[in-house]
Amino acid sequence: MAEPMLKPPKSAISPITWVRQNLFSGWYNTLLTLVVGYLLVIGVGPVFSWLFFDATFLGSGPSDCTGTGACWLFISERLNFFIYGFYPDDLQWRVDVMFGLLALSFVPQFIERFPGRKWFGLFGLTGLPVVGYFLVPGGNFGLEVVESSKWGGLMLTLILAYIGILASLPIGIVLALGRRSEMPIIRGICVVFIEVWRAVPLITVLFMASVMLPLFLPDGMNFEKLMRALIGITLWQSAYMAEVIRGGLQAIPRGQYEAADALGLGYWKKTGLIILPQALKMVIPGIVNTFISLFKDTTLVLIIGLFDILGTVQSTITDPAWQNVAIEGYVFVAFCFWVFCFGISRYSQNLERKLDTGHRT
Amino acid sequence: MKNTKSIAIGAVMLCGLFSVSAASAATTLESVKENGHLQCGVTSGLPGFSQPDDKGNWTGIDVDTCRAVAAAIFGDAQAVEFTPLTAKERLTALQSGEIDMLSRNTTWTLTRDASLGLNFTGTNYYDGQGFLINKDIGVDDATQLNGATICIQAGTTTELNLSDYFRSKGMEYQPIVFDTSEQTVQGFAAGRCDVLTSDRSQLAALRSKLSDPSSAKILPNTISKEPLGPVVRQGDDQWFNIVKWVLFAQINAEELGITSDNVEDMLKSDNPNVQRLLGTDGDMGAKLGLRDDFGHQIVKLVGNYGEMYDRNVGPDTPLGLDRGLNALWTEGGILYAPPLR
Repeated sequence: MAEPMLKPPKSAISPITWVRQNLFSGWYNTLLTLVVGYLLVIGVGPVFSWLFFDATFLGSGPSDCTGTGACWLFISERLNFFIYGFYPDDLQWRVDVMFGLLALSFVPQFIERFPGRKWFGLFGLTGLPVVGYFLVPGGNFGLEVVESSKWGGLMLTLILAYIGILASLPIGIVLALGRRSEMPIIRGICVVFIEVWRAVPLITVLFMASVMLPLFLPDGMNFEKLMRALIGITLWQSAYMAEVIRGGLQAIPRGQYEAADALGLGYWKKTGLIILPQALKMVIPGIVNTFISLFKDTTLVLIIGLFDILGTVQSTITDPAWQNVAIEGYVFVAFCFWVFCFGISRYSQNLERKLDTGHRT
Repeated sequence: MKNTKSIAIGAVMLCGLFSVSAASAATTLESVKENGHLQCGVTSGLPGFSQPDDKGNWTGIDVDTCRAVAAAIFGDAQAVEFTPLTAKERLTALQSGEIDMLSRNTTWTLTRDASLGLNFTGTNYYDGQGFLINKDIGVDDATQLNGATICIQAGTTTELNLSDYFRSKGMEYQPIVFDTSEQTVQGFAAGRCDVLTSDRSQLAALRSKLSDPSSAKILPNTISKEPLGPVVRQGDDQWFNIVKWVLFAQINAEELGITSDNVEDMLKSDNPNVQRLLGTDGDMGAKLGLRDDFGHQIVKLVGNYGEMYDRNVGPDTPLGLDRGLNALWTEGGILYAPPLR
């Protein structure tokens, strides 16, 4: 047959045709386009002029914020506090080093052809926490001690989220495997652990850790509030993580287990080489979802008096020297959270594409 | 792996239950000296009382109260670490020994003093609950507020005082409850209510946050007593005395006219009261377990009570509060410190 089976593809459509086809294809679509367009024009205009055109960016104090727009001056004046909390000025380079290492570890992950980016990522997951453990609190190698009560702002948010995420994943995997174990005691313990932690709200966990636990501990044995909050967050998060991973484990066809058994693999080899790689790949969206929600849940430490980024902002927007800077403060916090959560989400999509081996049906 | 961890934590908690009575031998003063700093609980942000400034330094009258204690012990007003606490955790943090003293605008009540194992050492600010009203409703006195809609912050004694007050006057009101003071003001500004009620010390600051402050006014009525002061754990009388007498020293210093500016000149004073306070004569400090010049250090580093007041909440600050009840007894207020002798 000389005739091709398929018609040649249509040539690219001109913008005018596109607009006609998509926006004005009938009287009701035309009406909708006009109404939505009008709403956008009257809505977006004021927002942009508040955000940028009428906003105050430069100045030296509250008296310079006279315009009708946002007072970003308030944010820039307090930026140091919002990022580092009470961390001493002359030691902030340590936190900067950590920020730098964090960026160095994860920015390459977005660049497809970056040489050796796997190693950067691996450093972010293993080396970074170790460096941070020695660098941020100090006390070793002649570094001055900075108590955790002085940590705050964005840095504290990142510490809470990072440690929570990093620790909860392995614990969650172990719990998920334990829950599917054939040994009744292990299975029982895992089920109880998961169901108990998953059934309480994070606020309760934090409150318990911050208010009740110190009363139980003997005098003198008092570990820091941040540490207690971190343990609470990690345990709570790992229960959630376990359930997400269990979903992946259950989705692996029975044949995969049997095939692994037939090859003579033991339990750990079977799990590590056959089951987990497939199961984890399958639940990446679920895992990332949990990460993002944990990242945002860290703001709950506010209620136990830890100054995360939201806490630092909330404690300063009541400053009577500044007029009504609450909206600016909250917009700033929202923007910071959006940047990080969007980054996590993009990275996970990246990862999904890369690991996709086409088993979808 | 995980399970061993949770078991370990459970075990730790159990052990804690049994050994809770094992009190540590060291007194609070000794442990403070050993740590090299005072651990002081403050609010997590209340204008004029304790709030981080743009450099992240804590400022406020409650903060200065802690600094004065540090000055008395160490001769260094910076030897304080602050623990920001929410209203719910503040008393537990003190009971569990996480902090050495609490200075977090806490109202002195019988229940707190008698049943929680705590001691209030005095009052560093006499507050009371008041009303901020929209001028349009044309009310001059709180007794005319029958049927008003009132914005309040949830979970505070303010809420209880308000209901007590209206019940005792046989009046009705419509409460509109918000979570934070910021939201309360926004609600008031948006016209959701005619009246906003809060501690008087905060009303002026809240009013200044309105886009048109002249549209609102503060009613003269005060419907509750709110003596706010530092708190310590029960059972360490020496520490109780120290925190108590640091505040008394500040009040006495104002009465004697000693300020941070003239304190060095005052060292040469012939007045025996001044000499005892500044430690040039007598051993007042030793009786408390402190250095004899503790009064000198407090006034030099933090100032007398009046200076502390004016710097944080006085007429020249955004809060703009007159001394009122917080003036010395010689000037029409109720600040009256026992003699330092």
